[in-house]
Amino acid sequence: MALETSVIQDKLTNKFGDNVTSFSQIKDILTFEVAANSTNDVMRFLKEDETLRFNFLTDLCGVHYPDNEKDRQFAVVYHMHNWVDNVRVRFKTFLNADNPEVATVTNLFLSANWQERETYDFYGIIFKGHPQLKRILNMDEMVSFPLRKEFPLEDSGRTDKDDRFFGRTTTNS
Amino acid sequence: MSDLLLPPEQRYAEMIAKRQNEDGSELSVLNLGPTHPATHGIFQNILLMDGERILDGEGTVGYIHRAFEKIAENRPFYQITPLTDRLNYCSSPINNMGWWMTLEKTLDIKIPKRVEYLRVIIMELARIADHIICNSVLGVDTGALTGFLYVFQYREKIYEIYEEICGARLTTNMGRIGGFERDWSPTAFKKIDEFLAEFPDIWKNFENLLTRNRIFMDRTINVGAISAEKAMSYGFTGPNLRAAGIDYDVRVMQPYSSYEDFDFEVPVGESGDTYDRFCVRNAEVWESLKIIRQALDNLPEGPFHADVPDYYLPPKEDVYNNMEALIYHFKIVMGEVPVPVTEVYHAVEGGNGELGFYLETDGSRTPYRLHFRRPCFIYYQAFNDMIKGEMLSDAIATLSSLNVIAGELDA
Repeated sequence: MALETSVIQDKLTNKFGDNVTSFSQIKDILTFEVAANSTNDVMRFLKEDETLRFNFLTDLCGVHYPDNEKDRQFAVVYHMHNWVDNVRVRFKTFLNADNPEVATVTNLFLSANWQERETYDFYGIIFKGHPQLKRILNMDEMVSFPLRKEFPLEDSGRTDKDDRFFGRTTTNS
Repeated sequence: MSDLLLPPEQRYAEMIAKRQNEDGSELSVLNLGPTHPATHGIFQNILLMDGERILDGEGTVGYIHRAFEKIAENRPFYQITPLTDRLNYCSSPINNMGWWMTLEKTLDIKIPKRVEYLRVIIMELARIADHIICNSVLGVDTGALTGFLYVFQYREKIYEIYEEICGARLTTNMGRIGGFERDWSPTAFKKIDEFLAEFPDIWKNFENLLTRNRIFMDRTINVGAISAEKAMSYGFTGPNLRAAGIDYDVRVMQPYSSYEDFDFEVPVGESGDTYDRFCVRNAEVWESLKIIRQALDNLPEGPFHADVPDYYLPPKEDVYNNMEALIYHFKIVMGEVPVPVTEVYHAVEGGNGELGFYLETDGSRTPYRLHFRRPCFIYYQAFNDMIKGEMLSDAIATLSSLNVIAGELDA
């Protein structure tokens, strides 16, 4: 029998109480929130429980919500997939803007390693316990975290990017 | 501070200083890439070598990183398509279609059956093109150029089909929300028919050249193997996972675009080595051909796009000559159409595995957050693990068979 979303919700609520909240079905995926201090435990439970069997970490990424209250300005979004019953879930954990820290899940899935490094690289979210938390796609010397909303794309009207200065216009006028 | 946070050169220098072989030889550090011909793009592997044997390695990526997700957050939906072309550029229509399907899921748009079948045809052609490149270049990397020459002209023929459908060859930018920008011409179908008539023989020849070739087998069997369990933990999907023996395929598990209507097998391997990856891709090409034939035989009649004027960009001719079309065009381009506030994850079976789009919208004309699950990014972190203890030449074959495309790796 297929794994019902109500079963997932009940099992998680019974086990973790208030640390898992805001269950809702968004489109085709059950979505919920996990308290930042419980992500590793919740993921382990989702992976190892005999009924839940979410054996695959599909995706992990960060989101920045600068308009939220301070405790909820960063989020890490995890997508997991149970291949036996073919069910996906998504959970989010919200982090404090001054101290965006969450436990690594590299102990559960090897794939989390680079995905967490990427999230750190772009958002500055610290994954505690990560074996090699350093930048991955951007250069090491960079000081900002470019996917945060306060870093806009450069203005395409910048005059130093004017084609005239590169001899690309026919008249160069 | 953990040793792993040090630059690999420094870490290896310490390891080299500590260890000296009995015969007086020393360990050495080798940079494989970033622009080595066998790295197929630009990524660097800093390897610690004992003679020709690899003791350790670290992959360095990001050489063609182009701030993909940041740009996407600043662009309207239609303008994001050219960004998706440049992910896995060997099979760009799959990326395009994946992006449209994500948007259609977000906007709750129902697609005509004909569009779904046409999409299946183009996605399977793209998968064939992708596998042609991967497998024939695996031959080249192991010293056999002939197979590559046999099949590569058929990638060109697939590009000609793309060209007939959308006007572009490599970065296709194909389709619209709800369907295609125009119906496929009779010439497009004729070109597909020609391809289906000619290609199987060539592919058979290609297989005959390599599959039971003693040298090729020696170079690939038991090379770069990964167990099913480890592959899953590393997040493998697609042919690389199936080669390890797990029959996970998004087209079967969570069918999209009417894949449930088609009869096809999911080829699997056993050992997860380079040879199995090659064989799985070979077999998948036959399955793709089977799917295309079925889609053409049962192609439904009907419109080539959904009737959603709020989201479907009208043809340019109508924009110039029809007031309604002009209004819709203006509203779509200026972002005045309603977009629900929601979040969506949609996955398609890309040439390399599960290509996922996580889209979060806030009701505005641009995504609030768009994240791509790029299978190549996921695979590549396993590479160093897979080649540890093997010879340098095995690393080349392993990398080639993983089909890591730099555009998808760095995004």
